[in-house]
Amino acid sequence: MKGKDMKIAVLSGKGGTGKTLVSVNLASAADNAVYVDCDVEEPDGHLFFKPKVVSNEQITIKMPSVDDALCNGCRKCVDFCKFNALAFIKDRPCVFEDVCHSCGGCVLVCPEKAITETDRMIGEIKRGVSGSVTVYTGMLKPGEESGVPIIKRIMQASEADENALKIIDCPPGSACVVVESIKDADYCVLVAEPTVFGVHNLNMVYELVRLFNKPFGVVLNKCLDGENPAEKFCVERDIPVIGRIPFDTELGELNSNAKIVVRESEKYKDLFFALLQTIMKEVRHETVADSKR
Amino acid sequence: MKIAMPMDEKELKTNVCPSFGRAPYFLIYNTETEESLFLDNSAIASQGGAGIKAAQTLADNDVKALLTPRCGQNAEEVLSKAEISIFKTIPGTAQQNIEAFKAEQLSVLNDIHPGFHGHER
Repeated sequence: MKGKDMKIAVLSGKGGTGKTLVSVNLASAADNAVYVDCDVEEPDGHLFFKPKVVSNEQITIKMPSVDDALCNGCRKCVDFCKFNALAFIKDRPCVFEDVCHSCGGCVLVCPEKAITETDRMIGEIKRGVSGSVTVYTGMLKPGEESGVPIIKRIMQASEADENALKIIDCPPGSACVVVESIKDADYCVLVAEPTVFGVHNLNMVYELVRLFNKPFGVVLNKCLDGENPAEKFCVERDIPVIGRIPFDTELGELNSNAKIVVRESEKYKDLFFALLQTIMKEVRHETVADSKR
Repeated sequence: MKIAMPMDEKELKTNVCPSFGRAPYFLIYNTETEESLFLDNSAIASQGGAGIKAAQTLADNDVKALLTPRCGQNAEEVLSKAEISIFKTIPGTAQQNIEAFKAEQLSVLNDIHPGFHGHER
């Protein structure tokens, strides 16, 4: 892994903790970065970057389609589908698209070749440019079941941008979409709020990154004077706290006006630059430790 | 005519199960012969699509009417394609619901919910 090709994923147990704030500003603090918005159900990084879109790609998934004239009613496809996406009614199979996982198994088991796959559009990815940052945005069509195919494709597409630091803005929570987003990450940044509820959410992503053996550190957001339950959680578990962002009116105003704080304020430029340096150091340290294992 | 009900226990004197797709058992009752049969619901452990699979079991057993407190969208689609009518149960036991069905006191279930899809009730 070259230092520049590093992939950093930013995640949190719930929405609104500051994933996008951290991701957008880390990408903007770097010389040459790729920002990948994997929060495909509500991508909002592009609202900050306002990128000039250079290309877009529609994302499709495969859906089975049964030719009733060829079907002999053997029911093998229905019995095979472990997702129960096929029902057998009046001697013919019928497909439930929202339950189908596009595994293609029914096509393989059909002895009459009565099942073919058709494309179904579920969303798109956009590639754009904003200053020194290349911006990828994944968008899932409303009502679609899973963003995983879009995340798979966006991660693959962003490989084309070589020699750049990649910042992955993950979806909230710890479900499949997050697992897909952090899969190739070299380091995970967990963003946490200073509340008891925040600790609960931090714990979800903490368990996830440990399960996948990812090096990680915590950024404490919305810090106030006084007790911080999220910090206490980190201290008790020996989790590195790699940054602190204050609960600050200036930051709040800039951010709510969709401004990139690194580009607007010297204070925050310094803060996110320092955070980026800390992360780089942590990753290098991890890489050395890993090669010794 | 065969009617079906989701059940928590294999006993006519017990209450109808509040869930259709994830009910442990199905009662299949023949209104002519008054015979009752309890089936294990093979859909109970399904990761997803439990309603579809449960409705499939009823279609395969030649059931003509389902008596249930509620029913999801996908299950309803299978049932309607298989021409199985859906009636809303009254609070109480399977036996009480059989009597109410015979006396034509049950109403058609109209409030089909969008399904839980992994988010349990």
